[in-house]
Amino acid sequence: MLSFSRPAARSILMRRLLAALILMLLSWPAAAKDELVIGISQFPANFNPLIESMLAKSYVLAFAQRPITVYDAKWQLVCLLCETLPTLENGLAKREGKGMAVTYTLRADARWADGKPVGSADVVFAWQVGRHPQSGVASAEAFRRITWIDVKDARTFTVHVDRQTFDYNAFGDLGPLPAHVERARFEPAPGEYRNRTAYDQDTTNPGLYNGPYRIAQVVQGSHVVLERNAYWAGAKPAFARIVIKVIENTASLEANLLSGGIDMIAGELGLPLEPTLAFEKRHGGRFSVITRPSLAYEHIDLNLGSPVLADVRVRRALLLALDRDAMTRQLFDGREPVANSMVPQLDWVHADDIPKYAFDTAKAAALLDEAGWKPGPGGIRVNARGERLALDLVTTAGNRSRELVAQVLQAQWRKAGVELKVKTEPPRVLFGETVTRRKFAHMAMFAWYSAPENVPRSTLHSAMIPAAANNWSGENYSGYANPAMDALIDAVETELDRPRRKALWREIQALYAADLPALPLYFKADGFILPRELKGLEPTGHQDPTPYWVENWRWE
Amino acid sequence: MGVTILSRLLQSLAVLVAMSFVVYGLMGLMPGDPIDLMIAGNPHLNAADAVRLKALYGLDRPWTERWLRWLAQVGQGELGYSRLHARPVMAAMIPALVNTAILMASSLLLALVVALPLGILASLRPGSVLDRLVNLVSVASVSLPVFWLGLMLIVVFAVELAWLPAGGMAEVTGGGRLAHMILPVATLALSGIGQYARHMRAAMIAEAGHDYIRTARAKGCSPARVVIRHQLRNALIPVTTIVALEVGGLFSGALITETVFAWPGMGRLIYEAVMGNDFNLALSGLLLATAMTLVGSILADIAYVRLDPRVRTP
Repeated sequence: MLSFSRPAARSILMRRLLAALILMLLSWPAAAKDELVIGISQFPANFNPLIESMLAKSYVLAFAQRPITVYDAKWQLVCLLCETLPTLENGLAKREGKGMAVTYTLRADARWADGKPVGSADVVFAWQVGRHPQSGVASAEAFRRITWIDVKDARTFTVHVDRQTFDYNAFGDLGPLPAHVERARFEPAPGEYRNRTAYDQDTTNPGLYNGPYRIAQVVQGSHVVLERNAYWAGAKPAFARIVIKVIENTASLEANLLSGGIDMIAGELGLPLEPTLAFEKRHGGRFSVITRPSLAYEHIDLNLGSPVLADVRVRRALLLALDRDAMTRQLFDGREPVANSMVPQLDWVHADDIPKYAFDTAKAAALLDEAGWKPGPGGIRVNARGERLALDLVTTAGNRSRELVAQVLQAQWRKAGVELKVKTEPPRVLFGETVTRRKFAHMAMFAWYSAPENVPRSTLHSAMIPAAANNWSGENYSGYANPAMDALIDAVETELDRPRRKALWREIQALYAADLPALPLYFKADGFILPRELKGLEPTGHQDPTPYWVENWRWE
Repeated sequence: MGVTILSRLLQSLAVLVAMSFVVYGLMGLMPGDPIDLMIAGNPHLNAADAVRLKALYGLDRPWTERWLRWLAQVGQGELGYSRLHARPVMAAMIPALVNTAILMASSLLLALVVALPLGILASLRPGSVLDRLVNLVSVASVSLPVFWLGLMLIVVFAVELAWLPAGGMAEVTGGGRLAHMILPVATLALSGIGQYARHMRAAMIAEAGHDYIRTARAKGCSPARVVIRHQLRNALIPVTTIVALEVGGLFSGALITETVFAWPGMGRLIYEAVMGNDFNLALSGLLLATAMTLVGSILADIAYVRLDPRVRTP
C-alpha cells in the first residue's frame, strides 16, 4: 500500500483540482448569446411579401417567412416548405397539352406562428391575391401563368400552368399567405388590400409568419425585432432575438460595428465592396469578412443606334483595349470576377468555351484601323471624315466604385485612341429616363440583378427594345436585334431537358460574346462583416438572402 | 390684433395652397419613378407589371390632375395613404414627427442657451480676447460640415472612448434615451451656436450705439440694468425672427444628422417619400414644415409686440 506524506497528498490533490478546473474551462461551452444585432442600410417600407419589391423587405422577411422553393447557396433549387421538389423525373410534374401540372405537398410540420397549420388554402389564397389586377402585387407574371390550382388535401395541391417552361417547379414568388388572417382584409375590397393588409396594419400578428422567427416589434425607420416562432418545427435557431437596425450612412454603419452597437453588417444590404475591403485591412483581425461574387452583372450597355457603335469591330476593339483583370485586381482586390457574358461562373448554365476578350491593345488597334478609325491629332483616332472617336458614358452618381471604374475606362481607352466623356446622373434619372427611354448617346454603365438561370428575354430579345410605340416597355436598352438570339431565347425558355438547355445557353452566351450588345465588365461581390464567433452563415450571391437558413447560424 | 392674426392666417392658407402646387409640380416633373427603379432591381418584374402598377398608383396620369384630386381630398380633411408605407399618412408621420421635434427642440434649446450668453458677453467688450474667442468658435461652428462633425463625435465618443452610443435612440425607452440623444443633439447644437452667437453679438453692438442706451446710462442705471432691460430687449427682436423661422425646421427634420445617427425623423421620412414618389406623404411632410414656419412667423410678430411696444397698433 502506498502511503503519502501529508504535503505530498496535498500537492497531488491540488494538481488534480487544477487539472479538473482546466478541463472544465476547456469543455465549457462558449458564452451563449441571446441577441444578434444586424446592421443594414435600408428600412423596409412595408412588409407584405407580395406588394412592392424591396431588398430590405426580402431580407427581413427571410427570417420570418418561408417560401415553397428557393435557390440555395449552391444555386440549386430546393424545397423549404414543400416535402419533395416536383420534377418530370419523379412524376410530380407532368406535361398537359401546352402547359404543365405540378404537384406539391407542404411539410406536415409547417405552422404559422399562431399555431395554425400552413396549408393548401394559404397557397390558393396567395394565388387569388396575386392574380387580382388591383391587389398591388409587384410581380404578377408567375400568378398569371397559373390557370388553376387543384387542392388534393390540406397539404397537397396541383398547380396548372399555361406553358411549359424550364422553371416550372420554381415557386419562389408564390409563397403562401395566411388566409386565416388576410382573407377578411382582401375579399371585401381587393383594390384596398395593399392598404389594409395585416402585414402593415398589424405587423406583429404572429399568424403572419411561418419561419423560425416572427416579427415582434417594428419601430419605423429604426429597427425591427424578431423573436423565435414558438411553433417552428425545424432546428431551433440559436438566438432568442434578432434585431435588425437600419443605419443608412456607411461610415455610421462601420462606427456602430466598431463601437458594439451592432454585431454584424449584412452583405445583402450593407457596405459596398470597396469600403468592406478597406474595413478588412483596418479591422480584419476582429471580424470575419466574407466576400462572394453575386449575380449582379456590371456592364456597359451600348446604344447600337449610334453609327460608331453599330460597327461590331469597334465594340470588340473597345473590350480588347480594356484590362479588366487589372481593373478588378486593383480596385476590388480581385474579388469581383471578370465577366465574359451575362451568365456568372456559379450558374450551372455558364459556358466557358465562348469568345473572350483578353487585354490585347495590338488587336484592338488593328480592329479600329480596319473599321476606319486611324490615329489622329492628340492621340485620338479619327475617321475618313475627320470625326474624332469620342464616346459618352453615363453612369449612376454617388457610386464610388463606378466613378473609379469610369476613370480607369477613360485612361485605358485613351491609350487606344478613344476619348471618353463621363457623365453621372442620380439613379432615379438614369433608370427613370436616360436608359429606359434610350436617351444615352453611346454608353450606360450599370448592373443587372438577375436570378440563377435567368433567361435574358427582357434585355436581349428584339421585342423588348423600349420605344414610344410600345410605351417604352422592355429593357433591351442597347436596341439589340438578332433573329438568331430571339430564336435561342424562345427555345431555351421552353426546353425542359437539362443537357439540351445547357447547349442552348452556350449558344446564347457565344452569340452574346460575338455580337457584344453590351460590354461585360465583372460580377459584383457582396461583402459580409461578421463577428468571429458567428458560424454557419453562408452567402448565396443571388436574390434569395442568407436568413432563409438562419437556423444554421450559431454562436461559438 | 385679432384681425391682424386672422389676416395672416388667411395669407398663410393661400401660401400653403401655392406651395402644394409648386411641390407637387416639382415632384411630378422629376424624371422617372420608383416603379422603373423597382424593375431594374428585380428580375421577376416585367414591363406589363410596370404598366399595371403605374396605373394602380395613378402615376400614369398628369400631375396637375393628381394635384387637384389631392387638394379636393385634403379639403375633406383626408391626407390619404402613404404609397410606400401602406398606411394612413398621419400614422406614418406621427412617430417621425415626435422624434424630430425631440431632436430639433433639444438642439435648438441647447444652442440658444449657449449661444445667447456668448453673444452678449462678446458684445460687451468688442475686440477683447473673449470676443475673439467667441468669433473663432462661431466661425468654426458655422463652417464645420454637420456630417463630418457627427462622424467625428461618433469616432471619438462611441468608438474610441466608448462613452456614448453611436445612435439607435429608438431602441430604448424612457431615461435610456438620454444617452442616445447626446451626440446628435450636440452635433446640431454645435452647428447652430455660431450662427446665434454672431446674430446676438451683432444685434447687441448695434443697440449699444443708440441714444436710449446713452440716456439710460446718463440716468444712472446700473450697467447690468442697461444691458438686460434696455439693450437686450431690443437686440432680441432680430434674433427672435431668426429663431421663429427655425420653428419650421423643428418639424421638417435634419436629414444629414438623422442619417448619420440613424434617427428615425421627418428629414429621412420626407426624403424617402420624395425619392419614392410617395406624393401624399411627401406633400404632407413638406407642407407641415411650411405651415410651421408660417406659424413661427406669426408667433414672431406677436413676440415683437411684446418686446417692442412701438409695434402695437393703436
